[in-house]
Amino acid sequence: MNPQTLAALGEPNRLRIIELLRAGPRPVNDIHVRLKLRQSQASQHLKVLKAVGLVEMEPRAQQRLYSLRAEPLKQLHEWLDRYRHIWEARFEELDEIVEELKQKGQSDA
Amino acid sequence: MREATTSERITRNETIVERTSDRELTVTRTFNAPAHIVFDAWTKPELLKRWWAPKSFGVTLFECAQDLRVGGAYRFAFGRDPKNPEVFSGRYLEVDPPSRLVFTQLYERMSDIGDVVVTAAFEESQGRTRLTLHQLFPSKEALEGALASGMERGMRVTLDQLDALVAEMR
Repeated sequence: MNPQTLAALGEPNRLRIIELLRAGPRPVNDIHVRLKLRQSQASQHLKVLKAVGLVEMEPRAQQRLYSLRAEPLKQLHEWLDRYRHIWEARFEELDEIVEELKQKGQSDA
Repeated sequence: MREATTSERITRNETIVERTSDRELTVTRTFNAPAHIVFDAWTKPELLKRWWAPKSFGVTLFECAQDLRVGGAYRFAFGRDPKNPEVFSGRYLEVDPPSRLVFTQLYERMSDIGDVVVTAAFEESQGRTRLTLHQLFPSKEALEGALASGMERGMRVTLDQLDALVAEMR
């Protein structure tokens, strides 16, 4: 997993752009208007997202059309699956503790 | 002792993480013990220390101060470097052993996110306990901000949360 992908998603407006593009490709003008960003701001965010491969740009007529790329998100998901183990790891240790307490309770009784 | 643990492992209970709304996340897990035992493991510092920062992730819980009563404060500091720990702090809103614990949670490194209200419900049935950990964020943006920035730092509180977001994105 590329840590830059996560850093790119760490900015709330960039997350909003990702959310918006889930519905389909959009031109940059549409993105900045819908999200109430300055055009320069939107362009800057799109540049970052493009650099990490989360979006791709296709020139169409006079416009630049941006769309979401599935691959980094898939990678992210796989990466998350590994991290899901944090709760699992905690709970497994918790299992051992409750087992100990259960046995202790039985021997005390 | 080891053998008992091994047989538990075979029937390991599943951890389920769901994004239940745009500002709520829920983790559920069943434990093979009565609620009072699971509740103790959640609320007694000497027990909490043993599981909350899993050994397998190479992090340590440096500080685990808690005043377990309504209005009482708590502070957990953990990480790899004691000089620069990750800190979670907050206050207990409800303390109802062994079935319910409600507390606010502030991740101090990202205090602009605000307080998350965490409800831990322990439901006992036939000697087993189902834990439901419900986390309510102040806003959709707070949840998403927490997930994304948390991920960037490799932080745990938010990881399952981003999982839910990404699942929705696919």
